[in-house]
Amino acid sequence: MISVQGLIKRFGGTAVLDGIDLNIAEGERVVVIGPSGTGKSTLLRCLNFLDRPDAGTIRVGDVSVDADRASKRDILALRRATSFVFQNYALFANKTAKENIMEALVTVQGRSQDEAEHRALEVLAETGLAGKADSFPAALSGGQQQRVGIGRAMAIGAQLMLFDEPTSALDPEWVGEVLDLMRRVAEQRQTMLIVTHEMQFAREIADRVVFMEGGRIVEQGPPSEVLDAPRDERLRRFLRRVA
Amino acid sequence: MRALDLDYMIGLVPVILGYVPMTLFMAVVAMACALVLASLLAVERVIRVPGLDWLVMLFLSFFRGTPLLVQLFLFYYGLPQVLAFLTQINGVTAAIMGLTLHFSAYMAEAIRAAITGVDRSQWEAAQSIGMTQGQMMRRIVLPQAGRIAAPTLVNYFIDMIKSTSLAFTLGVTEMMGATQKEASGSFLYFEAFLVVAVIYWIMVETLNQGQKQLEAHLNKAYAR
Repeated sequence: MISVQGLIKRFGGTAVLDGIDLNIAEGERVVVIGPSGTGKSTLLRCLNFLDRPDAGTIRVGDVSVDADRASKRDILALRRATSFVFQNYALFANKTAKENIMEALVTVQGRSQDEAEHRALEVLAETGLAGKADSFPAALSGGQQQRVGIGRAMAIGAQLMLFDEPTSALDPEWVGEVLDLMRRVAEQRQTMLIVTHEMQFAREIADRVVFMEGGRIVEQGPPSEVLDAPRDERLRRFLRRVA
Repeated sequence: MRALDLDYMIGLVPVILGYVPMTLFMAVVAMACALVLASLLAVERVIRVPGLDWLVMLFLSFFRGTPLLVQLFLFYYGLPQVLAFLTQINGVTAAIMGLTLHFSAYMAEAIRAAITGVDRSQWEAAQSIGMTQGQMMRRIVLPQAGRIAAPTLVNYFIDMIKSTSLAFTLGVTEMMGATQKEASGSFLYFEAFLVVAVIYWIMVETLNQGQKQLEAHLNKAYAR
């Protein structure tokens, strides 16, 4: 069970997140949509403490963090309970595909090299990149890099996987393979919070769609309601634009 | 103008070569220590530990703002007069200490610049998987910064090798010290110093070649 309460994040004077409340059930797949600059990415980054929220509480399973008094230990615990897929992949440039996946298992989780390598090869096979285990990121296509990025996040076994526009930086030819992999992750009943502009994908994968605007959640519900029968005028306008 | 005494020069080569190990020993030990110290200083400059930052700035300013020879004399001749436990310090140790501190101040700046040159996404990826700051620096940021800084650091190592010649002023018999002794016996100063210059030169050129191979090796991970 994931619960976010009263999350506020300001940059300078503006509140990018203006009191976000969000509960996510185990195994639920939540897709966040909304116009650019509306705080979707910031919400995900705050859940991972890549951006430090100014107020609010975040609870992921047993880990509960209060933004006002988050210690280093709290932050590490929260980061270890979540995993993050970046828009620009952000693979470790000095490590091979396999090592990218092993890194968290060895350094953070303290597993043995052998165990981590075994798990990494397993994950690479799932991502369809078994043959690229020893390739460095620079030698991989954007789609392949993002699949390793997803693999790195999968291997951790986090309670919540965060996807920050995972296909936005990709050439169109690579989008399909990344979405396919995300579908396979979803089939494993992995709890996912996804920011994306791929509306068709959202409709297909989401248990719930959350529409954000101006740092607030404006409307949420199953795709059949939010995408097909939107109530809020801003949401209707947004859907007309992206259609 | 008199003719060069070639026989003397040829005879001198093996004598000076015998002191190459001493020169390299000082340079390698000082370089290894300086790399560690410079990395720590650079990391501090990037993350700015409160209360420590001014001390690091003072250190960097002093060791970059005063001549190496003055620093060596300060360590070898000066410090033992105020710190009794240093009276036993020998020239080699003092030279290594001086070279370490002096070069670490310069190398820290090169490493600091390289750290800030590592893409922000690398830091965030390390944080996102729950690495501590130390793990992130050690395993992700510094290795990548090292690649960026490598050419500059090799240049500092070359400079370090040449700077070990100053150790002869502390009574250390290394290549320069040995040459000085030989020359003052034979009075063939030009021949003697020409031979030692050429030997330094060859050592440095060899390193320059090595640097190219090192860069090719370090860039392996980044080849498309």
